[in-house]
Amino acid sequence: MKAIVTVIGKDQVGITAMVCALLAQHNINILDITQTVLQEYFTMVMLVDTAACPTSIGDMADILSKAGQEQGLSIRIQREDIFNAMHRI
Amino acid sequence: MLNQHEIMQTIRMIDQQHLDVRTITMGISLLSCAHSDIKVACDKVYDKITRSAENLVATGEAIEKEFGIPIVNKRISVTPIALVGAAADTDNYAPFAQAMDRAAKTCGVNFIGGFSALVQKGMTEADRILINSIPEALATTDIVCSSVNVGSTKAGIDMDAVALMGRTIKELAAATADRGGFGCAKLVVFCNAVEDNPFMAGAFHGVGEGERVINVGVSGPGVVYHALQSVKGQPFDVVAETVKKTAFRITRMGQLVAQEASRRLNVPFGIVDLSLAPTPAVGDSVARILEEMGLETCGIHGTTAALALLNDAVKKGGVMASSHVGGLSGAFIPVSEDEGMIAAASSGVLTLDKLEAMTCVCSVGLDMIAVPGDTTAQTISAIIADEAAIGMVNSKTTAVRIIPAPGCKVGDTVEFGGLLGSAPVMPVHAGSSADFIARGGRIPAPMQSLKN
Repeated sequence: MKAIVTVIGKDQVGITAMVCALLAQHNINILDITQTVLQEYFTMVMLVDTAACPTSIGDMADILSKAGQEQGLSIRIQREDIFNAMHRI
Repeated sequence: MLNQHEIMQTIRMIDQQHLDVRTITMGISLLSCAHSDIKVACDKVYDKITRSAENLVATGEAIEKEFGIPIVNKRISVTPIALVGAAADTDNYAPFAQAMDRAAKTCGVNFIGGFSALVQKGMTEADRILINSIPEALATTDIVCSSVNVGSTKAGIDMDAVALMGRTIKELAAATADRGGFGCAKLVVFCNAVEDNPFMAGAFHGVGEGERVINVGVSGPGVVYHALQSVKGQPFDVVAETVKKTAFRITRMGQLVAQEASRRLNVPFGIVDLSLAPTPAVGDSVARILEEMGLETCGIHGTTAALALLNDAVKKGGVMASSHVGGLSGAFIPVSEDEGMIAAASSGVLTLDKLEAMTCVCSVGLDMIAVPGDTTAQTISAIIADEAAIGMVNSKTTAVRIIPAPGCKVGDTVEFGGLLGSAPVMPVHAGSSADFIARGGRIPAPMQSLKN
């Protein structure tokens, strides 16, 4: 199943590394990444594949959100369907 | 593939613009629970509700997490209790409400609706017992909602029921006087009630529905408001297009959630209700959308036209986004539940008369309005009759949810808390409608041709 991971917050060293490591730990494959820093504001969007991930998306959402909070970041994982529904006919 | 802009737009809608699914409502038929012994009937009601909806809340929460979309309420609607209770040998249906309350709390839902009667053409003995039970039923329960349909375009208006509802609302206010007449916030009087409405207080599971059904109500006044900020000063064609596109996106999300809930619960999908339902939170107001169109305060001249455009554009945008649209579908204007409406009413700009005009062009009607505690039952009945007449003639749903707040005067504010918000007490006209209401009988159904 495909999902979208978004990371938003103040730019700092090691955000991408931290998120990627966490995803790898749970066997989540990254398919695509876009990332921008605008006025010290960091935004990263990843398309990921959770097919091999033993943890449910709901639990992953908690894990990522908690890891983000520790660094002052908003990190979430959402099923891709919600974005497709809203932006594609 | 999706681009970053689209993804961030959705995230902003959820984070900053209060985008949410307002409710997943499971409709449950209780027709099989009728029994001559009310104790047995109540046990059957409790068992059927708890059995049917045991996974509703957990499923809603799981969907919420996986999609990252807040689902604010999980609710249950049931068959109008007057139909279920008719077989019972009793003169008080309050025990049914208490069984519903217990069952809903066991399931963990926010509200349960359906302590209802449909009396647009006349009242059966069971209908009369149900209406007489409303004050006790709502005063002794916490999350049970009640509705009574007193008119329809095909049947006209049952003025005996209108008179009875005025008295019932007063009794209910008195029975819940310690909470500012809170019971009245859980009772709505309809004309042309719909059978698949997922929103409270008016939700019930109509007799034309199946055994169980999942209906979803979307929301998003904050998202529409934000979208309109980007088209300041532009013609109404642009305003309408902007609202339509926004409504489309919101509804697609609702449709996805509805289908997912339906699949996981193995309950048929009913409808998506395309409503703009405000909350008392700043930035989630329908009144502020109207003001964004160029009105200084909601309630001044131009408000009705602005609301007509908004209501129509929401429907046009939403219809294509969902396979089945139903319920009330339109903009809601509940005064106490909308931060902008509260401000406009408190300043005296938004009056009952203007609200009545607004209900001609939007979904539902006079909603969550507090009036002085000394307002007579006949005046409340007359307000209901006016609103029902608008619904009857215009072939639309209208409703009255009015709170004659005990001991309160114009200028006071009644606090309900939570999504129900706070209601500034609004003035009503002083003259008496007592002789009008005392007539009783029926107002005949209107012409459906020669429309002018």
